[in-house]
Amino acid sequence: MEPLDGKVRVQREPFDTGAELERLKAASRRIGGVVLFVGVVREFSQGHGVTKILFEHFPGMAEATLAELRDTALRRFGLIDLILIHRVGELAPGDDIVLIAAAAEHRAAAFEGCSWCIEELKKVVPIWKKEHAPDGAVWLETHP
Amino acid sequence: MKITVRYFALLRERMGCDSEVLSLEDAGPTVGCVRGLLADRVPALGAFLRGGTLLVAVNREYAAVDTVLRDGDEVALFPPVTGG
Repeated sequence: MEPLDGKVRVQREPFDTGAELERLKAASRRIGGVVLFVGVVREFSQGHGVTKILFEHFPGMAEATLAELRDTALRRFGLIDLILIHRVGELAPGDDIVLIAAAAEHRAAAFEGCSWCIEELKKVVPIWKKEHAPDGAVWLETHP
Repeated sequence: MKITVRYFALLRERMGCDSEVLSLEDAGPTVGCVRGLLADRVPALGAFLRGGTLLVAVNREYAAVDTVLRDGDEVALFPPVTGG
């Protein structure tokens, strides 16, 4: 694996999507396109209102799993660079949850790499969400 | 031998703790043995602890039910992940 240099992070603080995009572009002049996915907390989920979501992670394993995902995606889609950031702690509707930024020479690889990463992340990275609604809180047991 | 078991999310709340140390007497215990032992101890969670949706990581790598455990291993048990 190549050095990660902050390109895989699990953090409580908000991320700056614009700054991450600039950092990614600065990595190489071969980049011809960047696809960004930003996951956001919705105020409505599965038929009820959401006041906040608590994200819990498995420290160490969550980061390691993200790093493996990144490594696989770089090779599989021939990406030039890739940033994966997931927030944890208490988030409110409208808050950013996750950022995936995939850079490639051409758009097809960037779109496919970004899409694959978010789908895989939802299956394998040990992070869980507990949705808080006006009538109580519930751990989501399967992914919507 | 001793192993540390860690719980996350819904399972952490239901078990009432983040982690515990288990002493195992059998030689070559597997992940499945630990799941069975905990299911017997906490019948209310038995179906979940024995069921197909539970995920297991040994020393922070996903592990199968027949993975053999060694002294000092960390076994994490958790429900399906729901990040993203």
